[in-house]
Amino acid sequence: MSSHYEAPIREPLVLGDKSYHDISVDVGAPVLGKANKYWWIVFSIALVAFLWGLGCIVYTVSTGIGVWGLNKTIGWAWDITNFVWWVGIGHAGTLISAVLLLFRQKWRMAINRSAEAMTIFAVVQAGLFPIIHMGRPWLAYWVLPIPNQFGSLWVNFNSPLLWDVFAISTYLSVSLVFWWTGLLPDFAMIRDRTSSPFQKKIYGILSFGWSGRAKDWQRFEEVSLVLAGLATPLVLSVHTIVSFDFATSVVPGWHSTIFPPYFVAGAIFSGFAMVQTLLIVMRKVSNLEDYITVTHIEYMNKVILLTGGIVTVAYLTEYFIGWYSGVPYENYTYLSFGAATGPYWWAFWALIICNLIVPLSLWVKKWRRNIKWTFFVALVVNIGMWFERFDIIVVNLSKDRLPSSWAMFTPTFVDIGIFIGTIGFFFVLFLLYARTFPVIAQAEVKTILKSSGAKYKAMRETGGQMSGSTRDSRTSSIYKEFDVMARTPVSNSSVSEGRSGFGDDTIEHEPTVNADALIDNEAKKDQIDQMLVRVGRFDPATQTADDLKKISGVGPIMEQNLHQMGIYTYDQVSKLTKKEYDLLDDIINSFSGRAERDDWAGQAKKLKK
Amino acid sequence: MASPNVIHVLYNDDDILMNAVKEIRANHYTIEEVYTPFPVHGLDKAMGLAPTRIAITSFIYGLIGLSVAVWMMDFIMIEDWPRNIGGKPSFTFYQNMPAFVPIMFELTVFFAAHLMVITFYMRSKIWPFKKAENPDLRTTDDHFLVEVLVGDNDLEKMSKFLQETGAAEISLVHNEEA
Repeated sequence: MSSHYEAPIREPLVLGDKSYHDISVDVGAPVLGKANKYWWIVFSIALVAFLWGLGCIVYTVSTGIGVWGLNKTIGWAWDITNFVWWVGIGHAGTLISAVLLLFRQKWRMAINRSAEAMTIFAVVQAGLFPIIHMGRPWLAYWVLPIPNQFGSLWVNFNSPLLWDVFAISTYLSVSLVFWWTGLLPDFAMIRDRTSSPFQKKIYGILSFGWSGRAKDWQRFEEVSLVLAGLATPLVLSVHTIVSFDFATSVVPGWHSTIFPPYFVAGAIFSGFAMVQTLLIVMRKVSNLEDYITVTHIEYMNKVILLTGGIVTVAYLTEYFIGWYSGVPYENYTYLSFGAATGPYWWAFWALIICNLIVPLSLWVKKWRRNIKWTFFVALVVNIGMWFERFDIIVVNLSKDRLPSSWAMFTPTFVDIGIFIGTIGFFFVLFLLYARTFPVIAQAEVKTILKSSGAKYKAMRETGGQMSGSTRDSRTSSIYKEFDVMARTPVSNSSVSEGRSGFGDDTIEHEPTVNADALIDNEAKKDQIDQMLVRVGRFDPATQTADDLKKISGVGPIMEQNLHQMGIYTYDQVSKLTKKEYDLLDDIINSFSGRAERDDWAGQAKKLKK
Repeated sequence: MASPNVIHVLYNDDDILMNAVKEIRANHYTIEEVYTPFPVHGLDKAMGLAPTRIAITSFIYGLIGLSVAVWMMDFIMIEDWPRNIGGKPSFTFYQNMPAFVPIMFELTVFFAAHLMVITFYMRSKIWPFKKAENPDLRTTDDHFLVEVLVGDNDLEKMSKFLQETGAAEISLVHNEEA
């Protein structure tokens, strides 16, 4: 069909000879199969790291924030660095699923599920840091505007730190809901494919009883679109507000108007780098190379290149403005000559090399399609973006306006332990996800199979017949009587019976219905058609109309209305049920439930005899 | 009363399904329901389903969220306990409003997104522990099932017609005690 057309110049997004059933099998395999040795090894390492981090968190909370390397000058360091780093990583998922959905980028479908999972897991890590930093995390509810024991001393809504609370909790919860709604049809697929009763039960609960009705899909698509529209400004707002934590202060190097857009670009930059890191491994381990192709990797590299370019421009601007201002304090900021040559020179150059120089290699097509090089660049960008936040926070704070209080920051084993612990926690969650969740939005990928699958693109090139081409002998083998492949599909037939298409007003409806004056849309007409199937059609050639006015409650006008609906006989009226009453209620103004009260169907039954 | 007798027609291709749905309706048979493994674009129109109004509800929920945020900010920061924070004006809501824009935005999105999704779940009757109702397990894999009402139609003629629409399998489901 022409609706599946996609320009031949576009590279296929699904490789290999795939049918719809193949997609179900491939996506279901990691969930339904057994974990291999490597999964257990990596999972154990991640779990140990997580437990170590947990120990450090317990130590911090039970002893006090003094166990960190903070000092009087540098009051924020690794905690906020890690917080911003993780929030930044948590930007790619919603960007991929929301922004790319609005832009109708089909390649998002293979990667959005995992990117969203990564987002949620990263935001969970990010959220840990402010809560630990509170020192007394059991009082975390004090950030919420709830009436309290101090009279009604409310939280301060003028503060960006409180905006953060609202922004991040909204982001986390909306991302979670967006992710889960998209997962429902895929959980349903696993539920219907598994043979284990336990899995069937679990995935039945997780899928919320998704049945795939046409109306559900209609709502599903609308909800996805609206959520994408809501999530797009949301994702931009979150990192904007995170940047306000710094930009609304008066610390040199923080007090900067370009922070919001620059932070958002940096967040996307680091988020895509993390997606690359994870998916390059996952596509291999889970045998999904036909779905997450080199083309996908190249597209993501292009986004990294773009956002990396934005970040570069921001760095240069900061450096130039700091120098051009002539203010001596600006020479201590994280992007200045003073920083490049001062005690934190290594952090400065780590930032420049990782975020500016190495990603430039992606301008070369051969390199951005090289999987090993991409993996390396992604790791470098992850490190570089951590240094960006470290520089902004620690380097800027290390030299304040009073030279006597200048200081350096040295992390303690607790600082390092908590950071390693969040990385472990993140991988624990992601590895569990990769084993138990459908990691590719298979329902969505099926919608693009005929337009972007390699098999179908080739088939279209050679003039093959698309209609009927997705039949799979593995699922349709019991069917023997009529061979669908042998008969000519209707779309090929030159004689077309009945309706020519949908949505046009020329389609035929029941000839006995003359309700144009009462009805404003096609859907209603169809509902009336269906009602007449249920109650029976009136054939003027063989039947005669009954006097409907004999039914108590039906006057001459109502009779006329019923005639307009195609209802002429007692027999028809006697078959009316609640469903039909509701429909007539909807269409005829004066109907207003009286048919049910007066029991027209019962009356008509008696009159019929 | 149990649901009436229906015929389950299975298709294994979305293009065939679309043509079949159009043909079935053109011949005045009643399609009760269609189960598909993925959203088949244009199917709702071909079936004559009314457009969904869920986006409108989301807009209304967003307005409610915005109103809640405005009321909350005004009550907490202006009426109940005004404070002088860094000299930011707290005499009227209007003057202090720019500082509240982030909260107003977040709550608008929060209400619009969550209440819309809850509405979707309620309207489509999906929630945890709800039992799935797709009649054939393959409808979440690669099959498309059309449920056609038998009504007072001639069964023989009807099933012959349905076969000719390109069906892979046809089965009559008795629900009525006849």
